[in-house]
Parts: sequence; C-alpha cells; structure tokens
Amino acid sequence: MTIGVKVMKRPGAEASYVLATLKGMALTFSHLWRPKVTMQYPEEKSSKEWALSPRWRGTHRMLTDEQGRAKCVACGLCPQICPANCIKLVPGEDEQGNRYPLIYEIDEFRCVFCGYCQEVCPEEAIHVGVHYENSEYSRDRFVYDLERLCAQTHPVSSLWDPSDPKGE
Amino acid sequence: MTFFLVSSVIKILVVFTALMVIIALLTLAERRICAWMQDRLGPNRVGPQGLLQPAADGLKNLVKEETLPAQADKVLFMLAPAISFIPALLTFAVIPFASPLPTPWGDVDMVVANLPVGFLYILAFGSLGVYGIVLAGWSSNNKYALLGGMRASAQMISYEIALGMSTVAVLLLAGNVTLTDVIAKQSGSLFTWNVFPLSLGFFIFLVASFAETNRLPFDLPEAESELIAGYHAEYSAMKFSMFYIAEYSNMVTASALMTSLFFGGWDVPLTSWDSTPPWTLLKTAVTFGSFALKTGFFLFFFIWVRWTLPRFRYDQLMALGWKVMLPLALTYLTVIASAIWFLHDRLGWTYDARFALTLFGLNVLLAVSLLFWLDRGHIVAGSVAEEGGRA
Repeated sequence: MTIGVKVMKRPGAEASYVLATLKGMALTFSHLWRPKVTMQYPEEKSSKEWALSPRWRGTHRMLTDEQGRAKCVACGLCPQICPANCIKLVPGEDEQGNRYPLIYEIDEFRCVFCGYCQEVCPEEAIHVGVHYENSEYSRDRFVYDLERLCAQTHPVSSLWDPSDPKGE
Repeated sequence: MTFFLVSSVIKILVVFTALMVIIALLTLAERRICAWMQDRLGPNRVGPQGLLQPAADGLKNLVKEETLPAQADKVLFMLAPAISFIPALLTFAVIPFASPLPTPWGDVDMVVANLPVGFLYILAFGSLGVYGIVLAGWSSNNKYALLGGMRASAQMISYEIALGMSTVAVLLLAGNVTLTDVIAKQSGSLFTWNVFPLSLGFFIFLVASFAETNRLPFDLPEAESELIAGYHAEYSAMKFSMFYIAEYSNMVTASALMTSLFFGGWDVPLTSWDSTPPWTLLKTAVTFGSFALKTGFFLFFFIWVRWTLPRFRYDQLMALGWKVMLPLALTYLTVIASAIWFLHDRLGWTYDARFALTLFGLNVLLAVSLLFWLDRGHIVAGSVAEEGGRA
C-alpha cells in the first residue's frame, strides 16, 4: 500500500441506498441557502477573500519624468535580456548627448510577462503592471508603442515584497 | 358546437403558450437551482435575475448553424426531433388544471380535451416519445447516438411496465380512466388524495417517471460522460433545442400527472368549497394556483434529484427495472386490489377518509417491511463486494 493513502471503508452489500439518497438530498437542499462564492466580476473585482496580487505581472507601463518624457535612456538592456524578444528599441541622441528611444515597442503577444525588463532597467522606466483587462478589436493593437506605454495609468508591479525581497 | 370549438381553440392556444413559457423558464430554473446547490449564482445577467436568459438561448439556437451529418438518414434525421417534441406536448392536453370556468355561454372545463379515455391517452402518447429518441439515435449514423437510442428504448420499455402497473391501483380506486373523475374522487378530504391510500404506488410511479423522462439518475440515453450526448450528439441549433423542449415538457407532464393522479389535481386540501358548484372565477383562480403549486413542487423535485444523485450503471438500471420495480408493482397491485375488494365488497365501505386511511395503514406496513428487506443491497447492487470478499 502506498504511504499516506487513506483507505475508505467501502460499503458492502449491506449498504442502505435509500437512506444515503435522503441524506444527499438534505445536503443539496441545505446548500440552496448557503452563501455563494461567485464574484460578480465586472462590478466586483476584489473581495475580502480574493484580490489581485501586487506581484501580478501584466501589460507594461513606461514611467515618465516631470516634463512628461519617458524615463527611458535607450540603454538597450531590456531588449537584451528579454527572453521572448518582444521589445523593439531604436536609440536616439539629442544635441546635449542625452540618449532617448526613437522607437520603443513591446509586442504584448510575444511577451511572456517574466518581468526581467523591469528588473534590469537602471532608470526604473519600464514596468510590468498590475492590470489584466487588455481586450482589443485587432491583433496589431497589441503592439504597444512608446506613447501608449507612457499613457498607461494602472499601478505597476512590485515584483517582490519590498520588506521581504527573498520571499521568506 | 360553436361554443365548444371557440373555447377549445382558445384553450389550446393559451395552454400551448403557457407551456412553452414554463418550459423556457424551467431551463433557467434548472441552471439556477443547480448553481445554488453548488454554492454558485447561476445565470443572472440577461434581464432581472436572468429571467431573459431562455429568450437569449432560444434566439441563439434559432440563428445557429444546422448541421446535417453526411451519412445520416436525412428524412428520419429531420423528423426525429418533431417526433419526440410533439407527443411530449400532446400529453398535456388531457390534464385538468383548474375547476371549470363559468362564462355567459356555459361552464368551460379547464382541460384542453376532457377525453373519456384520458389516462390511456397519456400512456399511449407517453410511449410514443421513445420513437423520437430511437430514430434520432439510429438516423444520426453515429455509434454513440445509436447506443443512446438503444438504451432509451430498453429503458423506456422496462420502466413503462412499472409505470403502468403503479397507476392501475389509482384506476381501481377511481373506477374510471377519465382524469377529471380521478380528481373528483380524490377531492373528498385530504386523506382521500391517492398519495395516502396508495403511497407505495406513488413511490413506484415517481421512480418510473424519472426513468420515463430520462432524468438523472436515469439519464443513460444522454450520459455525457459515456456517450457524449447520446441520441442528440449529432444535432445542433433548433433541432437540438426541440429535444430539450421535449425533455422539459415531459417533465412538466410527469409532474402534472403526479399531481393529478396522487395529489388531488387542482383540489385545495381541507375544504370542499373549491370542488363544488357553483363555479366562480375565484374558484378557478384558486384551484389553478393549487395545481400550479403542486406541479411546481414536483418540477423542483425533478431538479433537486438531478443535482443530488449520480447516474446508474446500465446493469443497475436494468436490474432495478426488472428485478425490483416490476415484481414490486405486480405484488403491490395484487395486495391493493385484494384490500379494495375486501373493504368495498365485503365490508361495504364507501370511499372516504376511513377507507383511505385503512389503505394507508396497509401501505405503511408494506413499505416498512419492503424497505427493510429491499434497502439492504437489493435495490441497487453495489459496485464492490462485501467487506472481505473479492472485489
């Protein structure tokens, strides 16, 4: 016998099926009035029992500085580390020698939401977001460009609990 | 004559419409009650409390693609849903659902057709329903559908015998096969409701009608887990919907039949005000409410049982039908017929509460002894051997 398997005592030929049926019916009837576990989704998105984790990794968001420009300095670390190769970055440089992204696109269909881009970013510019309602009418709308990434307002993922970085 | 024609046409239209609406709501009731029993909410989005869900489902089924299997027998494939759908609706025609309605032109019986052979009509059309299922299963040219159809025919034939036998006792008490007379005979007092003098007969009828309507625990013709969807595996859109409607209208008819045969039909208990002329509109309304309440309870009971019990195995189904239900019904009929003969012919009692309660006592004796004997592994053979025996 496998270790840890609980063997139930099976009813033999002497089992009472009428009694068992009545018991079952009483049980299902009592369930009619028990509290329901369903969450009314579009209206109710979190409850006491369930809320989206702050570590949830959803669609990206690019943070901006005070002038409303993307914090990204086009260092190229995120396309480098991205395992799904979903980030397209073309760097540019202005007269003062500040680098900025000319093109910054994330293909959310290719993305595997690992969160490496956020972890690797030295400027804390690109983040994965706490967000999950992403429906669109066409496939090409899922390639988010820089403007769209900057316009997102949803909260960003903290990837780990800051007070417990090793998950202990 | 004109009055009869006009009133009949109106009754047909009203009853048909009401029946279709009830069936539609029943599909919703099934889903919501099932959900509540599983601690969910069920469909509650379309309309208030999901009341328009059946309309949405109906609309969806109307615009869905009709599929026609290439190797199917086209004529029978198209015909089968209608063959199961029409008898299911027809059976309701002879069930009286309220006391007669007075109109300026005379009283109108609240039954679509007050047939003198009402009960035989129900049995006849009840057994026609199986043709639709068997033909659907055969004409689909699909092995699962065929198995479903075969199961349905075997099951229906097996349980129809017990069903018929259990109702013979009712007819013995009523001395008539007209449903209006069967109801009139029961309206004397609460205890003359046939469920008291014939409680075991009611139990047999209840189990057999679950089998006849193909409801769980007897839904072997459909058996999702074994036969995909059994006889209607190949059907789509409105044709599939018609099988569904047929199933639910069979349920409504079976519930109405239980009400009429065993629970006094539209009789309001503990008063004779409702079952004596002069008829008034109020009496019709109240008695209809009584009928609806009783039938509604049995409809709930059908749903309740479905979401409680698991499906029988096929050999259990057959064993229960032939080795338990049939001998039980036959023996019961013999005992009850002898008792009625003794009380009626030997002691000269008329049918009243005393007569009914005496029979009820006999039923209790029979039930206690039978259930003690039968309930120990004889009704349904377990799937395992006795403790210590070989499995």
